[in-house]
Amino acid sequence: MKSIVQEILKEYPNAGYDSLIPILQHVQEKMGFLSEESVVEVSKYLKMPASKIFGVATFYNQFRFTQPGKYHVQVCRGTACHVLGSATVLDEIEKNLKIKSGQTTRDKLFSLEVVACIGACGLAPVISINGEFHAKVSSETIKTIFQDYKSREVQP
Amino acid sequence: MNLTIEVNNNTLQASQGETILDVLSRNGMKVPTLCYMKGLFPTGSCRMCVVEVEGRRNLVTACSEPVLDGMKIMTHSMRVIESRKTIVELLLSNHPDDCLYCERNGSCELQKLSEDLNVRERRISGNKNNYKLDVSSTSIVRDPAKCILCGRCVRVCEEIEGVTAIEFVGRGSKTFIDTSFNHGLNLSSCVNCGQCIMVCPTGALKEKPHINEIKNNLSNPDKVVVVQYAPSISVSLAEEFGFKPGQNIIGLMNAALRRIGFNFVFDTSFSADLTIMEEASELVHRVTNGGVLPMITSCCPGWVKYAEEFGHDILPNLSSCKSPQQMMGAIIKSYFAESEGIAPENIYSVSVMPCTAKKFEQQREEMTQNGISDVDAVLTTRELARLIRMYGIDIHKMEPELADSPLGTRSSAGKIFGSSGGVMEAAIRTAHYLITGKEMVKFQVKALRGLQGRKEAHIQIGDLNVGVAVVSGLKNAAELLEEVRNGRDDIHFIEVMACPGGCINGGGQPIGTDEEAVKARMATLYDIDEKDAIKASHKNPYIVELYDKFLGKPLGHKSHHLLHTHYQKREVN
Ligand code: SF4
Ligand code: SF4
Ligand code: FES
Repeated sequence: MKSIVQEILKEYPNAGYDSLIPILQHVQEKMGFLSEESVVEVSKYLKMPASKIFGVATFYNQFRFTQPGKYHVQVCRGTACHVLGSATVLDEIEKNLKIKSGQTTRDKLFSLEVVACIGACGLAPVISINGEFHAKVSSETIKTIFQDYKSREVQP
Repeated sequence: MNLTIEVNNNTLQASQGETILDVLSRNGMKVPTLCYMKGLFPTGSCRMCVVEVEGRRNLVTACSEPVLDGMKIMTHSMRVIESRKTIVELLLSNHPDDCLYCERNGSCELQKLSEDLNVRERRISGNKNNYKLDVSSTSIVRDPAKCILCGRCVRVCEEIEGVTAIEFVGRGSKTFIDTSFNHGLNLSSCVNCGQCIMVCPTGALKEKPHINEIKNNLSNPDKVVVVQYAPSISVSLAEEFGFKPGQNIIGLMNAALRRIGFNFVFDTSFSADLTIMEEASELVHRVTNGGVLPMITSCCPGWVKYAEEFGHDILPNLSSCKSPQQMMGAIIKSYFAESEGIAPENIYSVSVMPCTAKKFEQQREEMTQNGISDVDAVLTTRELARLIRMYGIDIHKMEPELADSPLGTRSSAGKIFGSSGGVMEAAIRTAHYLITGKEMVKFQVKALRGLQGRKEAHIQIGDLNVGVAVVSGLKNAAELLEEVRNGRDDIHFIEVMACPGGCINGGGQPIGTDEEAVKARMATLYDIDEKDAIKASHKNPYIVELYDKFLGKPLGHKSHHLLHTHYQKREVN
């Protein structure tokens, strides 16, 4: 069986270095993240050292290297959210989930990502969980929001 | 020189295509640089080399700016000095500042820059770097907290060695140098050449130290501690003690090693002779029996690992000979142990090498006999200098001494191993004798000498026209091998060294080694060869004796067992 990455690479015949970013985007879109294995496959295909690809990919915020959790949490760090305290919000979530931005919790339930403005400044500070917005969050509401998601998992 | 420029009110001549820095250096004018690397394309990223050019609003980077006719340049105006100073202050703002404990205390470019620019207080303070040490490698220790992101290691690894084990990772203030997926260096494609250490301005890169282990064994009365030193050490150690570059201090070094407490002092050039006996015999065997050609040397462990990673198809081309370090190790714990009546497990065998990859080679599982390592610890030239100072030895006051017999007596063919082209030249001398039964009329093969990254020659040996090539810097090796893969068949024997110019420019050599120093070391090696009476390995009487008494004949059963090895494919990213 051909791997998903191999299938993707088929769509880039004779690709050169300039195809790197589109390929990585494509891989991430299909697989949710850039695994080490997929980076190595791309590296062999483009004849470009994996370290170089890793270097390029880590330059861009859009790429992630861990599998996203069941609930993907995005914390907006745009200007409006910043002014209304998104730094504390991020801090609080990191503590609550015990992960840093770019990581996934060990039980694979939550992953965390910091994004620039998500276009909901009226709701600042705002976070999004699997696309669902939670407006005007604070230290208190964060606790209840995540408690809520966690308890969904306990009950069958 | 068709351009005229003005620097600090002096008129200078310049040529089209030169950078400002080129002209300044040619005229003995210094501006500080950090990211600039001689011979590589300038990136202009650190801005340390800025100068003021009349009519330009911003300061320009001397390393990357081409000179123009009539340019008026100020290299040390107030504005320039302040700007450079601010850069250094910014570099210091997140630096660990633990100079007293740092390997590079005294040889650090960042220290020197802050001294030269008279930085006397902390004006800017930022969060201290807080990265983990990477001690995973057998050879190299990385301390990203001390890294100032000049990029020199990344460039040498990619552009000289063609390895690209390390890269810039992340961006902005979170940028640092790391391997693919932040794995330790041991899991990367790193070949342990240590060239990154040689270019690093700070203590962010250094060798894995073996000094403590050696100290412990030196003070253990149950151990016979034996040392061997590579051919290039006697011509590079000198600089660590203020002698002139390239000076041969072999006698003083022997004396110092004995003062430190080594019980026996041997010269790896002896086992370089032994390597030649085996390797030249292997070449002749391959040529006359239709073996795999071109044969490629295997004495550089950086190159060997590179081949295991990137050249699976050419592994059969690699000579099966162990390197001189490992041959000496094997002979010490067999022949020498036997003749001295010492149990091999009571011997602690140290080697002094110009090389960090030797620390990796020494730990390879192939390099053991019955579970006992051929060699127990490896010191770089730098570490030996440290050891000599630590034991309070004033090397200037030593009386020259000879190395111990019989493993300390060499031909000059073994000595020139230290230079790129030396192994090949030594091998040709012996192969000539093996094929024709006669000595070469003139021993030198001048075409194989010098600092060029690739040297080639065609040599008539009896009826055979033997094509040989010598490459140093693994990028050059990769290019040559590509030609061979594409059908080039006039080359029968290839010498590869990972370090540009060979071991005299190895990753374990003194910090600050520059082209002049490498040239001086090379000149001394060939000068020793010129003056030596015994110029071929097969004429070394102690080598002859070793075969008579112990080994039998080259490629024989015992040699095969002790002096030859095999290689493994490695999958790395
Ligand atoms: S030791 Fe050589 S191969 Fe390894 S990272 Fe340094 S330059 Fe690259
Ligand atoms: S590790 Fe050294 S050579 Fe590499 S970027 Fe950092 S300071 Fe420069
Ligand atoms: S040395 Fe010129 S910009 Fe770094």
